[in-house]
Amino acid sequence: MQYEAPTTVDQAVALLKNSGNASKVLAGGTDLLVQLRSGMIEPELIVDIKKIPEVRSILKEDGKFRVGAVVTGAELGEHGDLKAAWPGVVEAAELIGSTQIQGRASLGGNLCNASPAADAVPALVAAGAICMIAGPNGRRELPVGAICTGPGQTSLSPGEFVVSFLFPIPKPRSGDAYLRFIPRTEMDIAVVGVGIHITLDAENVCVDARVAVGAVAPTVLLVEESAAALVGTMVDDASIDKMIAAVRDSCDPIDDKRGTVVYRTQVAGVLAGRVCRIALQRTRRHE
Amino acid sequence: MSKVHVSTIINDDTVEFLCESEQTLLDVLRDDLRLTGSKEGCASGDCGACSVIMDGRLVCACLLLAAEAEGSTIETIEGMANGSDLHPLQQQFLDHAALQCGVCTPGFLIAAKALLDRNPDPTETEVRYWLAGNLCRCTGYDKIVRAVLDTAAETRN
Repeated sequence: MQYEAPTTVDQAVALLKNSGNASKVLAGGTDLLVQLRSGMIEPELIVDIKKIPEVRSILKEDGKFRVGAVVTGAELGEHGDLKAAWPGVVEAAELIGSTQIQGRASLGGNLCNASPAADAVPALVAAGAICMIAGPNGRRELPVGAICTGPGQTSLSPGEFVVSFLFPIPKPRSGDAYLRFIPRTEMDIAVVGVGIHITLDAENVCVDARVAVGAVAPTVLLVEESAAALVGTMVDDASIDKMIAAVRDSCDPIDDKRGTVVYRTQVAGVLAGRVCRIALQRTRRHE
Repeated sequence: MSKVHVSTIINDDTVEFLCESEQTLLDVLRDDLRLTGSKEGCASGDCGACSVIMDGRLVCACLLLAAEAEGSTIETIEGMANGSDLHPLQQQFLDHAALQCGVCTPGFLIAAKALLDRNPDPTETEVRYWLAGNLCRCTGYDKIVRAVLDTAAETRN
């Protein structure tokens, strides 16, 4: 195995292109190192993208946040402006692992590891974040929800990697939130995770909603029917109940040691209700 | 395959080493640099026995390739005491009997130091959450948490 730490995006793309499928991109390494050491993967080349300035910074472009793919959970949590704009995204990233893991684990790694239970992904999907992808044919943008195609699988072509995440400018009366359920308080993998982003107009009518659910299907689900249940309403209890029912209808989870199909489906609805009420409260946070 | 040359500062000393690309930072610390205080427990980032501070951040040395440490500043348990003078956390761990078998202790001490470096006045809840990535199968954690809180109080006074 060879280790390379390029300092530009172009160098990284060239290295990845020349090695085809025999290479792996290294971000924070908290998943990749475990896979390497267990023999799950045996790459010929590791391309560490952490020395590339563009991939490790948080910038503001025309009012929009651009967050580098390897920015860590700890760094996100310490960025006051980002936290104020996208509290749900930051709280989701901060739920990943322990203090030690927070010092390394990144949004880009969490997404591209493509676990159905990744904590950051429902929040990113709900936020409408866009991935900037670099590859042999130049750059392209894809919504976060279009990256994962199944457990451990992404739509990225050989030689491509995620450089950064672009967030929209949060509307004045909008709010996002993320909650996950685990049987303990720390250090576990989501049984279910729900991220919701809602926007109200001046009359408190919901004009936009995005409801994303993790760990209940092979990839994170953006539940259009749940959004439709909220849009045009005052996000009252009856609308929230309809949104919850649509979340439960969308669930197609596995039975495993963390939860049965029935349990996961039930919990997904409970969490969706709680997350929606937190997001609703946050629509008023700038008033 | 040629080895990777890595320059670091470890416990205030300039340390350069050659490593294989597959080696973790923990492998190099223990097997090549003979800094065996950091332990390998789970080798998957769950137990915290290999905790070190890299560029001011608490990390698991088992989840880092040694090559990734290029240019970084690392603190390990070996740098915690000042000669034979124990660090206040080490003394409080002894006073509270906050260890039994001792395998997790270097990781707990480094993790607790990283906490107090950032937050000299943590609540009990903050201590417990901060240390959630360090596992101890002997003490039941209470003595460890009390040792950290008492160190914080002692240092503030």
